[in-house]
Amino acid sequence: MAKILMCGNEVIGEAAVHAGCTFYAGYPITPQNELTHYMSFRMQESGGTFIQAESELAAINLVLGAAAAGARAMTSSSSPGISLKQEGISYMAACQLPAVIVNMMRGGPGLGNIAPSQADYFQATRGGGHGDYRTMVLAPSTVEEVWNLTQLAFDLADEYRNPVMILGDGILGQMMEPVEVVRRHVQAKNAAGTHKPWALTGCKGRKPNVIRSLFLGEGELEELNRIMQMKYDKIKSKEPRFESLYTEDSDLVIVAYGTTSRIVRSAISKARHEHLHVGMFRPITLWPFPEAQLQKLAKKSKAFLVVEMSAGQMVDDVKLSILGQRPIHFYGRAGGGVPTEEAIVEVIKDILKPKSRKRVYA
Amino acid sequence: MKKVFERPASLRAVPTHYCSGCGHSIVHRLICEVIDELGIREDVIAVCPVGCAVIAYEYWDFDCSEAPHGRTPCVATGIKRVHPDKVVFSYQGDGDLAAIGTAEIIHTANRGENITVFFINNGVYGMTNGQMAPTTLIGQKTSTSIHGRDIARDGYPMKMSELLSQLPGAKYIERVSVDNPANVLKTKAAIKKALKHQMEGKGFSLVEILSPCPTYWGLSPKDACRRIEDEMSKVFPLGVIKDA
Repeated sequence: MAKILMCGNEVIGEAAVHAGCTFYAGYPITPQNELTHYMSFRMQESGGTFIQAESELAAINLVLGAAAAGARAMTSSSSPGISLKQEGISYMAACQLPAVIVNMMRGGPGLGNIAPSQADYFQATRGGGHGDYRTMVLAPSTVEEVWNLTQLAFDLADEYRNPVMILGDGILGQMMEPVEVVRRHVQAKNAAGTHKPWALTGCKGRKPNVIRSLFLGEGELEELNRIMQMKYDKIKSKEPRFESLYTEDSDLVIVAYGTTSRIVRSAISKARHEHLHVGMFRPITLWPFPEAQLQKLAKKSKAFLVVEMSAGQMVDDVKLSILGQRPIHFYGRAGGGVPTEEAIVEVIKDILKPKSRKRVYA
Repeated sequence: MKKVFERPASLRAVPTHYCSGCGHSIVHRLICEVIDELGIREDVIAVCPVGCAVIAYEYWDFDCSEAPHGRTPCVATGIKRVHPDKVVFSYQGDGDLAAIGTAEIIHTANRGENITVFFINNGVYGMTNGQMAPTTLIGQKTSTSIHGRDIARDGYPMKMSELLSQLPGAKYIERVSVDNPANVLKTKAAIKKALKHQMEGKGFSLVEILSPCPTYWGLSPKDACRRIEDEMSKVFPLGVIKDA
């Protein structure tokens, strides 16, 4: 099949349709609007539901209702909007409802700006809302990967009955790249309610189903939390995903995800031309973080460098993986700044050849 | 001997947690009677609010979902859009519908969602110890208006049904009360009309029910019912507000 040019946001929409998503609710916010535009006609074409909600609060709760009814449902937003959705995400995690939530991150905090950012890493990987819960977080780095991971997100959400987040940024959402997409015209896969015995479909021939997160009885909520933690343990052991590049012979391993990993890839190519032994470890799932896989590299490599479009968030997970066995450096740009290839090469040299150089990074 | 009164099949045989004289249990029962009479127990999906009725699903013997505070109509809409053939209703108090969920109820009505809303107006936040609600009457004492609701400080009682009736998407809105047997029967008729309205695909319907809260009104159950007639229904007049 021929490849076509599409932007990341639109590809999420088409991949969702392909995965059997029949419900989308969204609210305008840059830089994810292309996805809302796309779903406004694509849901109609494919027999699903599109609702332009009155707020992000409404959007996430429309999705909560659709998910409770058994549909594959999705919403999308960008940083400030995702903060508003956190109430609903916490409820969905507690109610064990599957859904896909897209965050095309922008500069923060506050209203911030509309430049690309990775400053919502903490929010995405630590639950984000109130209570002891996690959402799985998938971080694509190319438009092609967006196509694959979006579909995977729906499968994982259903398998674990848990919200799954796709975490990208303004560059990934708006950049066009060639991608092979299959446009489905009819919804077939995963019709509402199929294989979801817990879903609300009317209690014909069965006992009534209740979707709830309120447990007032002695020990009941503790039991729910125990069940959820068991589920998270299973996810942590089964679902970590990552890519590694030149990690077999690298003195320095750069850890980066999403858009940043693309810049790091170019920087590594330059550094390798200068005979610097640098590699990359790219987490594809940010939660579960591929902790054990990264830990193994501590034996081979002398040091680690974390590059992020933030003031340093994933670096915490890298520290938790390496457990003090090797020095961990950080280079990041916050507030919508994008690291350049050249700057990363300079940082690599600072770390690998410290004596011959003046430190240029903080 | 002919049995003339029994528990509706849709209402579980369990005691409720409601205070004596509370209107919730009457309305719960009326909804169940109507569901039984329409034969739709297996087709109903209800959305319960945050508030005193938060565990209505413990009493109703049909599919139910909870919803975050005020987002009740959104959850109901999500369910209804996925299952347009089911009968979906939300059950909300005045804090849920008229305060934190004001935006959601307005836009749900404005989109003309084919769902039904049962709106319990008792003028206070019962679940959290009787604070002032948007529907609290002027001069009414609550735990956050100990000298009585003051217009200068707190504004006016909010008439949600009248406000919603301005929206073309809202098709049937009626205000009823459960303060005496005659009004209880009218409430039941309004509940039935609203659900039938939805089943006929006519669009958004809402029944506002003035309901006694003796505990946080500081009155006996009997006096609480009298207060609805003497004071509350003067501000919130009973009757059909819209039937388009």
